[in-house]
Amino acid sequence: MLELKQVSKRFGGVVATDNVTLDVAQGEVHALIGPNGAGKTTLISQISGSLDVDSGEITFQGSPITRAKQYERVKAGLARSYQITSIFKRFSVLDNLALAVQARSGSSFSFWRPVASEAALFEEARVLAGEVGLSEKLHSLAATLAHGEQRALEVGLALATRPKLVLLDEPMAGMGPEESARMIELIGKVRAKLTVLLVEHDMDAVFRLADRITVLVNGRVIATGTPGKIRADAEVRRAYLGDEVAAA
Amino acid sequence: MKRSLVVLALLIVYPLAMQAIDHLFYVSFASRLLIYAIAATSLNLVLGYGGMISFGHAAFVGAGAYVASIALAEGVTSAWIGWPAAILASALLAWVIGAISLRTRGVYFIMITLAFAQMMFYLVNSMKAYGGDEGLTLPQRATLGFGLDLANEVVFYYVVLALLVAILYCLHRLVHSRFGRVMVAIRENEARVEAIGLPVYRYQLACFVIAGAAGGLAGALLASHGKYVNPNVLHWVQSGTLMIMVILGGVGHLWGGVIGAVALLTLEHAIADYPVPWLTQLAPNYQQHANLGVGLVLLLIVLFAPQGIAGLLSRKRHARA
Repeated sequence: MLELKQVSKRFGGVVATDNVTLDVAQGEVHALIGPNGAGKTTLISQISGSLDVDSGEITFQGSPITRAKQYERVKAGLARSYQITSIFKRFSVLDNLALAVQARSGSSFSFWRPVASEAALFEEARVLAGEVGLSEKLHSLAATLAHGEQRALEVGLALATRPKLVLLDEPMAGMGPEESARMIELIGKVRAKLTVLLVEHDMDAVFRLADRITVLVNGRVIATGTPGKIRADAEVRRAYLGDEVAAA
Repeated sequence: MKRSLVVLALLIVYPLAMQAIDHLFYVSFASRLLIYAIAATSLNLVLGYGGMISFGHAAFVGAGAYVASIALAEGVTSAWIGWPAAILASALLAWVIGAISLRTRGVYFIMITLAFAQMMFYLVNSMKAYGGDEGLTLPQRATLGFGLDLANEVVFYYVVLALLVAILYCLHRLVHSRFGRVMVAIRENEARVEAIGLPVYRYQLACFVIAGAAGGLAGALLASHGKYVNPNVLHWVQSGTLMIMVILGGVGHLWGGVIGAVALLTLEHAIADYPVPWLTQLAPNYQQHANLGVGLVLLLIVLFAPQGIAGLLSRKRHARA
């Protein structure tokens, strides 16, 4: 569904992603793991289109998107969430989600009719809020939400675009065990409807959710395979997982 | 809403009252305030709602003023031609300037909009056929037909007021429309707007063009009002003045531009025309430096009421409620 061929990115002398070749199959949860600074977020930004590709090619559903703008990729069904929460803090939860629904449905070059009169937008936003567990917080300003709730909204904004493939960049960043469990449950639910490329440090979550795992170290893919294979891979253990997972 | 209607009622009665006490000058002065209110409101759309710090808004006001003036100088007196031409010219100019400037961000955006406006300033300075640096005196105000004589100060005032009200209503609709939501969202978090699938650049450009067009109308009115236009209408100081009005009145408040324009010009006028005895003794020339007083007020606003006067007023209302 998503194919990367030799995708690279350099920041001055630093190689952030180095000839990354990767394919994400339709319907799978594909996890991208690796130590800090491995280039995971850079790669997500390159796939989502907010960061240029220096060399290499990206194909989504058979069409080349290497040079496509980010909003064009979103229209094609490729959305992302952010590691560092990026929501509309001075909007309510409902308005956040309604805006994302609005972005997808119909033209937003509409200058006269009040948004508030478009019941369909808010109805769908309500349903989405329910899906990510924010039904009780519809009218709270996003800025006033707890960290875990903001993370849920973060993922909700990506889901609101009705993607075919969603790039989740550390959805569980900074979450406690209880919140993480809820996020794992959410990802477990959405995987039935769409394909997921998941960047995550929480190995428990990764091994529970992922169909396949790709390991990125210093911008390079050092291994791709099923969780079982990755767990057993000597190089991965040396480079990243260490003894902790090996012992588990 | 109730307060808006009260203000509107006062604005409607105002020229009649001034006429009754034979102070027509103050009707003309008020027309000027309202024209600046239109200009500042148009900047507020870009600055307040769009979050684009444009330091070249005078270019659009000036372009409108010059297009309308040239039409009058060439004998095209109908406002129905001159004003739409001014609006169109300013919109086009905003489209060109915006298309280039909006590829930059932050300080670069501020500087490039400033640079474009200054280029326009020097361009009209060199237009010898239309007065060059001396400006252009117009034979008359534009004509409107329908028995509305714009040479009459009271009629002119009501026409300007009607246009201001129309623009405020349009702004109100715009802010609550789909487009308006997107603009405010871009101000809040540009990257995320792109990430939910909206082309930020196009929305910003559209906003910039709409504001430019409204600025052009203000320019056309300004030219007719004074029957005179000169390059200073495009000078960067003018852009700065409009910016001060918006900040003073309330960035991103519907009434911000109006309140700011009225407050600033009234303050300037008061300082210049009504000497304070003890200040005159202390500093005999202080009235020639009205900007000092304006600067002081602005400083206080920025420090203690970053939402401007409109913010202060609505805060008070919330406290009461």
